[in-house]
Amino acid sequence: MKAADFRYVRPKTLEAALSYLAGEADAMPLAGGQSLMPMMNFRLAAPELLVDLNDLSELDYVSASPDGWLEIGAMTRYRTLSAHPHLPCYAPLIAKALPHVAHAAIRNRGTVGGSIALADPAAELPAILLALAGEVVLQGPSGERVVEADDYVLGPYMTAREDGELVTKVRIPLAKDGDRFGFCELTRRHGDYAMAGCFVAASHDFEAVRIALFGVADRPVRSFGAEVALQGHRGDDADLEKAVAALTDVEMMGDVHNTADTKQHLAGVALKRAFLEARG
Amino acid sequence: MSPAPDRHTISLTVNGEAVSEDVPARLNLVDFLRGTLCLTGSHVGCEHGVCGACTIEVDGVSVRSCLMLAVQADGTAVWTIEGLAESGRGADLRAAFLARNALQCGFCTPGMLVSALEYVEAGGTADRSAIREHISGNYCRCTGYQAIVDAVCDVIEGRAP
Repeated sequence: MKAADFRYVRPKTLEAALSYLAGEADAMPLAGGQSLMPMMNFRLAAPELLVDLNDLSELDYVSASPDGWLEIGAMTRYRTLSAHPHLPCYAPLIAKALPHVAHAAIRNRGTVGGSIALADPAAELPAILLALAGEVVLQGPSGERVVEADDYVLGPYMTAREDGELVTKVRIPLAKDGDRFGFCELTRRHGDYAMAGCFVAASHDFEAVRIALFGVADRPVRSFGAEVALQGHRGDDADLEKAVAALTDVEMMGDVHNTADTKQHLAGVALKRAFLEARG
Repeated sequence: MSPAPDRHTISLTVNGEAVSEDVPARLNLVDFLRGTLCLTGSHVGCEHGVCGACTIEVDGVSVRSCLMLAVQADGTAVWTIEGLAESGRGADLRAAFLARNALQCGFCTPGMLVSALEYVEAGGTADRSAIREHISGNYCRCTGYQAIVDAVCDVIEGRAP
């Protein structure tokens, strides 16, 4: 229950951090540490070199770009993000979900980039990114590249980020007037990882609908079947039943608390509640 | 032979006093406080950020000290339950915990007090569900939380102008 020995550096610039990561095969970046530290204490992770990103103030910002994106620097802590006065206007779904991300002391340290880099299947932010068609900006020794949310998570805790690359920011389209958002998360205790959760993002006329689930599969997933069932929705509750039935397009994965069948049921409950919130 | 452990010199304030020590990179902050500084009020429960027993204050916010390295505390201001008790900060909260039987074995209490104090000092209201939400990261296996929420409500009402 104590981390294996490692060497530790805390670079002051992104450039220096990237060069440390490039220089050693067993180097790992440390963001807020709210997931990596437990993994190291359990010795599920044992880096030779720990590159602490906590001095990279250049990655700590929340801003709205003129071309319509909310840009969040990777080292922005949950606490900072949730205190941003314009967040409910820029990205209502994030504002709704943040109080459900773990507990206060975790949100005081945990970072947006850390959550995106880990891509926990039961975490809120990677699923929000899917629902909102966001983008992940990665920087490595050979420069910067942008990965769309749909192409970012590749498997359980596996992402498009390559060794030596860092998540530097996430980009999310700014919410437009009339856009609809809904969120539901089912947990055993407030702040615990979700047994099942669902984000719904839709245009006002429901011509565009995106549905992302978390805590039910080996990664955050969209249900294309449910999206199709709800596209063009005009208030007929039968659409919602069809959407719930269509969730079978997601390969549910059971865990120690809930079987895959239970997850299937809970995902339906979460979808219904999230959708009704979005419909208003 | 394995290489010598990586060590770093850190300087910080703990409970208002300047501290400078040479620490191994892998040393958790809570083990530094307990083992090096003999401040054993911060408890080590789960060591993976679930139980909340090691919650302390770093630069004005509550932090799990099992999920932070001692070397990361370089340059910070740390407050533990010992410092809070000596400074008198949150004395009303400790008195309310006693009056309301908000502790039994006491293992969770130092962390619980830090979390509860953060809520009270941030201007939290005597809203029982909001209080429960704020302390949701602190496990207590004795009280059932009811008395803890009672105590926090008492303090908030007592501090109201």
